[in-house]
Amino acid sequence: MVLSKQLGQLIAAISGLVIGLSGFINLPAVKVASQELLNWGVVLGAFALGLGFANMLKIHGMKMFRGSGSERAFSLILVGSMLVMVVVGLVQGIQSANYKFLYNSFLVPLDSTIFSLIAFYIASAAYRAFVARNIDAAILLVTAVIVMLGRAPVGELIWSGFPPVTDWILNVPNTAGQRGIMIGAALGAIALSLRILLGIERSYLGRG
Amino acid sequence: MFIKGTVFGFVLLLVVSALIIGSILRGRRGVLPKLRVIPGVEAIPEAVGRAAEVGRPVLFNPGIADLTGDYAAQTYAGLEILSYVSRLCAKYDVSIIVPIRQASVLPVAEEIVRFGYLAEGKLDKLRPDAVRYISPFQFGYVSGVLGITERERIAANFILGATWSETPAYIEAGYGAGAIQIGGTANLHQIQFYVAGCDYTLIGEELFAAGAYVSQDKAKLGSILGQDLGKIVAVGLIFLGVLLASFKSNWLVNLMNK
Repeated sequence: MVLSKQLGQLIAAISGLVIGLSGFINLPAVKVASQELLNWGVVLGAFALGLGFANMLKIHGMKMFRGSGSERAFSLILVGSMLVMVVVGLVQGIQSANYKFLYNSFLVPLDSTIFSLIAFYIASAAYRAFVARNIDAAILLVTAVIVMLGRAPVGELIWSGFPPVTDWILNVPNTAGQRGIMIGAALGAIALSLRILLGIERSYLGRG
Repeated sequence: MFIKGTVFGFVLLLVVSALIIGSILRGRRGVLPKLRVIPGVEAIPEAVGRAAEVGRPVLFNPGIADLTGDYAAQTYAGLEILSYVSRLCAKYDVSIIVPIRQASVLPVAEEIVRFGYLAEGKLDKLRPDAVRYISPFQFGYVSGVLGITERERIAANFILGATWSETPAYIEAGYGAGAIQIGGTANLHQIQFYVAGCDYTLIGEELFAAGAYVSQDKAKLGSILGQDLGKIVAVGLIFLGVLLASFKSNWLVNLMNK
């Protein structure tokens, strides 16, 4: 247990260090080692996909046998669809006409449908956010109205000053705020990476 | 030896790393700064407590990024907080659901949640479907999360990690379920949705500091001081850049491009 913990930390530290160095140093040995580690990552990711498949079968298998009416139906559709894709993909290959038909006729439209729902979620979020219940929300509301009018053709017709004011808001206070957040986040990411490389942060190994 | 244009970045990384390591060592010796309260982190026990009161589950969404690549740090930060949240859930007998998009995150999240319940001596209370692999497709994952949010009527919604255009969907679905929502990301283009829709938001660096903050581990807390020292270096460089640019000097820009 202790050995596996230390080994995990050691692998993480060496991998992190080598891949990190490859972003700066132009040595063939570092490049090869880094690429090799990344390839191993891809292989491990492929194995993890198998774990994901098993996880889905376990959870939805349980629901198919023990779940309520709708749960059972949803799980049945999911497992059935998954198995059909796997079987067609393995038997006929992912370039086959049948696999492409399943992919383009079911998966792609479903994906696009969920994506298109985002517009409604944004509208709903905006409606809630643009209620001027305090000074911060009022500033957000006023700024958003100016930017929206500055970006829409009708805004310029109402007042020609909307586009330049919008540009100023986006290029000065907005960019300044974003850069501040970016610098803070980058430093935070460095600190977290160091905690992992030094073995101080071990929660990713399942140990706090 | 160095890739062109990376020397300055490398030296700066070494300087910042030295400051952070120095702060970690100081932290280990007990020399710690007074940390400001992060409201989003302080609200985590309150959110789990509320879920316990109403007897409904907690949803912990660690984002959709992988454990490798540019956004991996955010996933690790989310998983660091998951460790704390799963322990709290075990302590208060609250069900936790962790939807997963990236298969490589699945075993890590499973182990974190299992250890959280084990540490509280409540492994028998951990539901077998707590950590669920949903789909590698972005919007396949989103539809799965929306379905769980709706069907399970979650009481607390944690969205902590790298998220993209799907962010408003998680937040509005959580709002519809009446959940208390704590979100956090370092993805600049999504922060506004968290601020607008969540009860508490961890912005950028707060997401990375949260795990250290909740652990109260001296070394981890020391690293937060290192982060702030790094900020002083950044601010110093900004002032120097402004000064030099005002005198039409490109010295710093040229140095950065070396």
